[in-house]
Amino acid sequence: MTTPTLKRTPLFAAHVAADAKLVPFTGWEMPVQYATGIRREHDAVRDRVGVFDVSHMGEIEVCGPDAEPFLQHVYSNDVERLAVGGAQYALICNEDGGMLDDVFTYRLAPERYLTVTNAANHDRDVAWLRSHAGGFDVEIVDAADRYAMLAVQGPRARELVQAIADKPLPERMQADTRIILGREALVCGTGYTGEDGVELLLDPDDAPAVWDELLRRGATPCGLAARDTLRLEVNYHLYGNDLSADRNPIEAGLGWACAERTGFIGSRAIAAARADGTAQKLVAFKIDGPGIARQGNLVVGGGEVTSGTMSPSLGVAIGMAYLPSERAAVGETFEIDVRGKRRSAVVASRPLYSKESDG
Amino acid sequence: MADASYPDDLLYHPDHDWARIQDGVATFGITWFAQDALGEVVFFDPPEVGSSVTAGESYAEVESVKAVSDVIAPLTGEIVEVNTTLADAPEAINDDPYGAGWMVRVTLSDPAQADGLMDSETYVGTL
Repeated sequence: MTTPTLKRTPLFAAHVAADAKLVPFTGWEMPVQYATGIRREHDAVRDRVGVFDVSHMGEIEVCGPDAEPFLQHVYSNDVERLAVGGAQYALICNEDGGMLDDVFTYRLAPERYLTVTNAANHDRDVAWLRSHAGGFDVEIVDAADRYAMLAVQGPRARELVQAIADKPLPERMQADTRIILGREALVCGTGYTGEDGVELLLDPDDAPAVWDELLRRGATPCGLAARDTLRLEVNYHLYGNDLSADRNPIEAGLGWACAERTGFIGSRAIAAARADGTAQKLVAFKIDGPGIARQGNLVVGGGEVTSGTMSPSLGVAIGMAYLPSERAAVGETFEIDVRGKRRSAVVASRPLYSKESDG
Repeated sequence: MADASYPDDLLYHPDHDWARIQDGVATFGITWFAQDALGEVVFFDPPEVGSSVTAGESYAEVESVKAVSDVIAPLTGEIVEVNTTLADAPEAINDDPYGAGWMVRVTLSDPAQADGLMDSETYVGTL
C-alpha cells in the first residue's frame, strides 16, 4: 500500500518553524495546532487576533458573458443580487436537493466571479460546473493553484491588516483588491469564526511574507482545531460533518441561502422540502452534565450528532445534531448515546456563543 | 504544559500509563508522552470506586479538544479512590501528569504483576 503524497501550502515551512502539529487533512498536510495549544489560539481569536492558513481551500473562477445566468443555474442563492465587490454564500446541490458543497462567491467584475470551495469537494465542484455549462458562454477555470488564502480573524484583525494595506479595507461581506505589504491581494470581509476579520487571497509566492508580517505584528498562528471550535460555537456548518449529499438545505437550516424562484439545480426538490417540512432538522445543542458528544454519536429515539466538541468560550460541551423535527424546538431535551453512555442534551438557540451573551 | 519528564520512581506500561506503588496500593495516570499526544485535555470520565480494573484494559476515558481516548490500566485490582478534582480541572492531566493529574488508586490483586512493567529508562527507550 502506498501513501498518497500530501500537498503542502506555501506556508508549510512557516508552520514547521512555528512548531505546528501537522496532520493529513483532505489530502493536505495542515497545521492542526501550534505549540501554545488550541485553547490559547481560540482565545486569541475571540479576544485579539489570530491568523489561519486556509490555502488548502479551492478556488474556481467563472467568467464570460453568461457567467451570471450560469451561476444562477448551479448555485442555490440569487446570484443576480450579488453586486460587483460583494460576497455571497450558496450551496451547490444535485437534482434531488442534496448538498454537494457550500461555497462563498465574490463578484470581481460584471462578468467575473471567484468561488471558494471546500478542499475535499473542489475537484468534484469543478467537474460538476463543467458538466452543467452546456449552452452557457462561460469559461470555468480551476484556480486552486493560483491562490494562497489567509484568514485574519478577531476583534483586532482589521486594524492589523489595515496597518499594512494601501487603502481602507472592504466592509463585511465585501471584497476588493488591495495592496497588502506591497503585494496585490483580494481582501474579503468574510470569515468562519464569528469574529470580525478579513480573508486574504494572495499569490502563493507572496503568502509567506504576509504571514510573517502578521505574526510579527502580534497575530497568533491558529490551526484547524481552533478553527473548528470557533466555527462550532457560532454554528457555522462544516461540509462533511453537518452537510452532505444526503441532506438538503432546508433540514440543515440553510433555506435562507436558497432562492428556488431562480430555478437552480435542485430547486424543485428544495421547494418541496420547504413546503412540506422535513423529517429531521439540524439543531444546536449543549450537553447538560458530563461528557462530550462527537460526530456520529446517535440520538436516542432517532437522529445523529454531526459535530461536537468542548466549547472553550462557554466551558460546556456543545454540538450540532439532526433531530426529528417534532423534537427540534429550542429547550427540548434529548439523550445522546456517547460510546454506550447516555448523555443529556438540550436544544439551544443559535448562535451558541455571542459576544453579548458571554459578557 | 510542563517539559517532558519520566520520573524514576514510577513503573510504566507500553500504552503510556504509569503506576506508583506504595504499600500494596497503586496510583495510576498517563505519561507525559500520552498527554502531549492527546493535546489539551477537556474531560475525564472516571470509573466508579469499587469497580475492577484489568491490566491492559480500559478503565476510563480522557478527552482532548480533538478526540477521545481510552485510559489503559497498567495493573489489575480494585479501585479505592478516584481523583474527583479532575472533573472541574481536567487540565491537571496536562499540567502535572504525575502529580495533580493522577486518575485512580487501586488495591492490587497480584503485586507481583508489577514486575512486568518497565522502569523509566526502558520506557523512554520505547518512545
